[in-house]
Amino acid sequence: MARMKFLCDAERCIECNSCVTACKNEHEVPWGVNRRRVVTINDGIEKAEKSISVACMHCSDAPCMAVCPVDCFYKTEQGVVLHDKDLCIGCGYCFYACPFGAPQFPQSGAFSMRGKMDKCTFCAGGPEADNSNEERVRYGRNRLAEGKLPACAEMCSTKALLGGDADVLSDIYRERVLRRGKGGEMWGWATAYGRPDAPPAGQQPQAPAAPAPAPGGKS
Amino acid sequence: MSKGKGVMATVVALAAAFTLAGCGERPQVITYKSGTYQGKPDSRPWDNAPFKGDQRAWELALKDRAQTQNEYKRAN
Repeated sequence: MARMKFLCDAERCIECNSCVTACKNEHEVPWGVNRRRVVTINDGIEKAEKSISVACMHCSDAPCMAVCPVDCFYKTEQGVVLHDKDLCIGCGYCFYACPFGAPQFPQSGAFSMRGKMDKCTFCAGGPEADNSNEERVRYGRNRLAEGKLPACAEMCSTKALLGGDADVLSDIYRERVLRRGKGGEMWGWATAYGRPDAPPAGQQPQAPAAPAPAPGGKS
Repeated sequence: MSKGKGVMATVVALAAAFTLAGCGERPQVITYKSGTYQGKPDSRPWDNAPFKGDQRAWELALKDRAQTQNEYKRAN
């Protein structure tokens, strides 16, 4: 069974924003709502500048699902976190809980009220009939039901942003890192999908053993 | 047993009960628990026209598609 994930390669991202544009265009996302955005750190500093494309990471243990007071979130068999806009009350709890700032709220109605939450769907639509007009209008295009991957990943000019089954992504990324010999960090994966070497719940991690003092050196 | 001793025993028992009540306090650590989804059911991505319920075909289609992200597999 496929487990859908995103992986952004900071060594390759050139901040071209083609992922952002592809997402906006594919789903006709309204003005002011950004399902995906590119974040750059150390901007302008030589050899220290890094860019990352950020959207909903479809976390294994999604905090948005845990804090939603109306339980409008669900997770598909493929690990994609989706929500029902009929239930959403636009409270914004999910925005505060999300470590990636993924939930977006269009301003609607009088007094700039927050509308229903909108976020990346991994191009998997929502709880309407697949590829129906209703699904397209409310959640965007359902590319997954067409056998396609998210538009942002497929449109990425340098293939920095990878999307799809975790096993396949891991293989692609592993080969890439082995060839270039650096940049093996998988940004956001520990936060979104947990650390594989994390101790079971209730157990404290053991402190690493103190290194042996060098012979003749100061202790 | 006299009436005074009975009252005293009751007071001591009540005091002990109230004093020990604090020992039963549980650590107040928030544990988040996802609720049960209350919305409409969603269909699976292979339950529509192109795949006609064939999960295997859908998975293979996505696997092939994912390899287009691997430039080492392309003809260079």
